Amino acid sequence: MERIEAQDLGESPLHPDPLEIPALAYGAMAKSKPYPASVAHQTALGFPGELVENWQEKAVAKLGELVRNNRALRFYLDGCVRCGACTDKCHYFLGTGDPNNMPVARQNLMRRVYRRYFTFSGRIAPSLVGAEDLTREVLDEWYTYFHQCSQCRRCSVYCPFGIDTAEISMAAREIMDTIGMGQKYCNEIIGKVFKIGNNLGLPPKALKATLAGLEEEIEEDTGVPVRLPLDEAGADILLVTPSADFFASPHMEGLIGYAKVLHESGVSWTFSSHASEAANFGMFIGSRENMQKVAQRIADAARDLKVKRIVFGECGHAWRVGYNFLDTLAGPFDFLDRRYPVPQHICEFTYDLIQQGTLRLDKSKNDHIRLTFHDSCNVARASRMGDMPGGQFEIPRAILRACCNHYYDMDPDTIREATLCCGGGGGLLTDELMDLRTKGASPRMKALREVADEHGVTHMAAICAICKAQFSKVLPKFGFDMEAIVSVHQMVSNAIVLTGSKQDEEANEADEEAGSVPAVAAQAETAEPAQAANAQEEA
Amino acid sequence: MQTTLYAVMFYVAAAIFAGGLGLRVWQYAKTPVPLKIPTTPAPITQAGATFRVLREVVVFESLFKSNKWIWLFGWIFHIALALVLVRHLRYFTQPVWTPVALAQPLGIYAGFAMVGALFALWVRRVAISRMRYISDAFDHLILLLLLAIGATGLGMKFIAPTDIVALKGFFLGLMAFDWQPLPADPLLLSHLALVALLMVVFPFTKLLHAPGVFFSPSRNQADDARERRYAPRPLTSKA
Ligand code: SF4
Ligand code: SF4
Ligand code: SF4
Repeated sequence: MERIEAQDLGESPLHPDPLEIPALAYGAMAKSKPYPASVAHQTALGFPGELVENWQEKAVAKLGELVRNNRALRFYLDGCVRCGACTDKCHYFLGTGDPNNMPVARQNLMRRVYRRYFTFSGRIAPSLVGAEDLTREVLDEWYTYFHQCSQCRRCSVYCPFGIDTAEISMAAREIMDTIGMGQKYCNEIIGKVFKIGNNLGLPPKALKATLAGLEEEIEEDTGVPVRLPLDEAGADILLVTPSADFFASPHMEGLIGYAKVLHESGVSWTFSSHASEAANFGMFIGSRENMQKVAQRIADAARDLKVKRIVFGECGHAWRVGYNFLDTLAGPFDFLDRRYPVPQHICEFTYDLIQQGTLRLDKSKNDHIRLTFHDSCNVARASRMGDMPGGQFEIPRAILRACCNHYYDMDPDTIREATLCCGGGGGLLTDELMDLRTKGASPRMKALREVADEHGVTHMAAICAICKAQFSKVLPKFGFDMEAIVSVHQMVSNAIVLTGSKQDEEANEADEEAGSVPAVAAQAETAEPAQAANAQEEA
Repeated sequence: MQTTLYAVMFYVAAAIFAGGLGLRVWQYAKTPVPLKIPTTPAPITQAGATFRVLREVVVFESLFKSNKWIWLFGWIFHIALALVLVRHLRYFTQPVWTPVALAQPLGIYAGFAMVGALFALWVRRVAISRMRYISDAFDHLILLLLLAIGATGLGMKFIAPTDIVALKGFFLGLMAFDWQPLPADPLLLSHLALVALLMVVFPFTKLLHAPGVFFSPSRNQADDARERRYAPRPLTSKA
């Protein structure tokens, strides 16, 4: 089958293997560092403004504190046997060949220091067990290579002990923050969340205007007054979504999708200007205090607005924090309606409606798209959707399949739990790391190239704001259209037929004209050209 | 002479091994787990999560997904080691338990398998540049130590047999605090000294992965954060 299709497309292309192991390129990425946080960025988060004088002593003390308080960190530092199983699993290693981007080598940067100060063998025989003092060079290496980890957990899947390099990167960043060596991108953004309410620094007024604009746009397209309410106390659902959804393509098209689905469901809902951000960069910098404070906003907003449920929009790490940490950090949520999961993912919400048959979806509206799906790491390996393990893989795919006729998965070794990070996660989505981001994206891009060539795939859907932003930037570097990345709910938005909408009426008319011809086929013939054009505009 | 030396040596080694290991296990157990971090998809019940850990311990599930060669050599080594240890129980039990007696012939094959697998693991470590890069001196030395233990053991079985009746007497004596003479064969003495060394380094090195694997939160936690509020005891003081 596949071979025939490839021939149909003309030539049978030679694909580079997305997981091909590169030769070691020593020091290849030694110069890649994010900008340091300024004094103001640091102090806003309660960290010292610049490198403190007794940094070595403080860093070692902090490491000790973290190890004493986190069993995962303690065991991960002790338990690695250097089996090498993880060495070829990191997309940054695959993309750069820099040996320090092998997960175990990245861990070793911290492990050596841990050994030196906290283990008997490292104290008495440092050279034998590779223990090392925390010198300025070592600290600089930490800053370099712990900012080349997107905390995607791919390595953890393949480690016989589940050693998760993300935990170690988080700890390293926390240690660096406490001695005054923070990273600008993350810390500046967390500061904005505290000051303004979201990562993009979009003030409530601007937010209100944006939502009003979107309402108009939807009404123009569909004739239906779909609402995007802000701060409406007493609504059933508080929708928390990454602020990119208010701002850029293809995020916004996804947001329109949520709004349409929520409208069709008939459940009342609202955004909150206090918690106008789902993202929680506190996780990226491994700071429990900051993560807690950011998470608390959501609990407070839910209480203030007297909602019954919390639903999260499409965001990878936000869903990890929401799904796994929110209740621990900001719970208990006894004041919510416990018949619904706390929190719920918008994909779960949409999927339930599809299962119930409440949504009318016209797949043909997406016939101009041949689609694949990028599993976002934090959803894939650090959370779940639905009642079954792996629901996080099935539910988005089920939604996409319900919304389009042409869906193809990428290489099975690069999706689901084996998914390759987009290259921009974990607080690395900043311009000065573009080189790293491009190289880190290359394995995913190769896998996309395969399905593009074999199945004529034109678009890739994602459920993570960071993934979407990253792909918009890197797709063109690999010969794809920047608009080849779409939101899952953008596909829903294209396909959904709102009750009483223009599309609804057109379809009904078409039904009548076509008489006995089945509805779906009739729609495809009559309504498609107009709709395809429509969707193209939106994209 | 060697009897006293080895008797004392084994008491010390056993004390360090058991004491050190006990201390580390206690340390792992009392260290808090602040958040839910199972690597998903994960079982949604605690029983399921326990079964997941057992699969990791018995069949090396994740390693199998990861790399078939490492899995093959690593798994053969560990299974063979387990069989060899079972075989050695005959030196510590009187009468020998039936399962131990039945496993005796298997133990011999296992001895060869163990040495072969260790050698293969070491070749990987030396031949593959990624492996060389991540290895510290001890990673090589521990393989060589295990290889030497295996080789001296096999040497006694096939080249220069020792007086195993006397040997058994020595160990039963040790356990009863009633010392019996230990044969003075060089192969035996080196074999035993290396084993004692292994016991001593165990609690201070990566060999801790053996008890530690049961404590890995990414594997032993159930994926049930929304069903059951996860509220672990508060963090210990910052001091
Ligand atoms: S797979 Fe795990 S044990 Fe093996 S080298 Fe990597 S981190 Fe260490
Ligand atoms: S968590 Fe992801 S980015 Fe970090 S070392 Fe592991 S595979 Fe690489
Ligand atoms: S940005 Fe997306 S792909 Fe990258 S780590 Fe986050 S969830 Fe994974």
